[in-house]
Amino acid sequence: MIHVTRRYRFSASHRLHSSRFSDAENIELYGKCNNPFGHGHDYMLDIGVEGPIDPTTGLAVNVEKLDRLVQESVLMDFDHRNLNEDVHEFASAVPTSENIVAAIEQRLRRRWRSVFAGDWPRLKELRLQETKRNRFELRT
Amino acid sequence: MLITRRAEFSASHVCARPELSSEENRALYGNAANPKGHGHNYTLEVTLSGDPDPATGMIFDLKKLKEIIHRAVVDPMDHRFLNYEVLPFDRVVPTAENLAVEIWNRLSPHFPNGQGARLHNVRLYETEDLYVDYRGGAGASQ
Repeated sequence: MIHVTRRYRFSASHRLHSSRFSDAENIELYGKCNNPFGHGHDYMLDIGVEGPIDPTTGLAVNVEKLDRLVQESVLMDFDHRNLNEDVHEFASAVPTSENIVAAIEQRLRRRWRSVFAGDWPRLKELRLQETKRNRFELRT
Repeated sequence: MLITRRAEFSASHVCARPELSSEENRALYGNAANPKGHGHNYTLEVTLSGDPDPATGMIFDLKKLKEIIHRAVVDPMDHRFLNYEVLPFDRVVPTAENLAVEIWNRLSPHFPNGQGARLHNVRLYETEDLYVDYRGGAGASQ
């Protein structure tokens, strides 16, 4: 089995604020990230997929197909956007990195079969780096 | 415990299957099918697993590991055109996947089972944004 990891980047702004808490509680919980006008990050997204090498092509995953899927399912909607205002998942959910990486997984899964029709490759891991000092990993 | 050593080599390759037309190869491999080839600065990370030897405090002599990586991989592949100069890529398409498997196959005889450190993982970066991991076993038909 081969594990292939591809890195993508997008830049977006967000504000962490939950309507279930008071303003004071939001400041206490999210700190600087609760700043009313929002702020942005250069996110790095690593997508890890796994599969056997196809003996005829020598590929475990067609990276161009993966690029297109990530571009169309995620980057087109997320890059240079305000996540709270422009991305429908975050109309209700707070765009924490935890929720962002979970939303990305759902988006990729929704179209996975139409891009990769067979049993392989499978989506195994998503890593979202918000800054150099924090990284969120989702293993599926 | 795991220990990882990094090495680099630069090489050119073409990803194309001789039985396909150039349009089919382009559809499959994209730019990598350009017939005259192109190159990468590959970065290789070789990870060994094992317990530190109580006398030396080492899992494996890293100087020796460096020599093995250079003899088995870097010397024969660095500044080479993989399809024309490195076996088995005269008949196997030198994708990152197949290259990782070939590197594993070249390194693993140096780490026989039951004798100290074991070869745990081969990670090959083709670019900063794309790498493959291989830990031996099934799914690596060449």
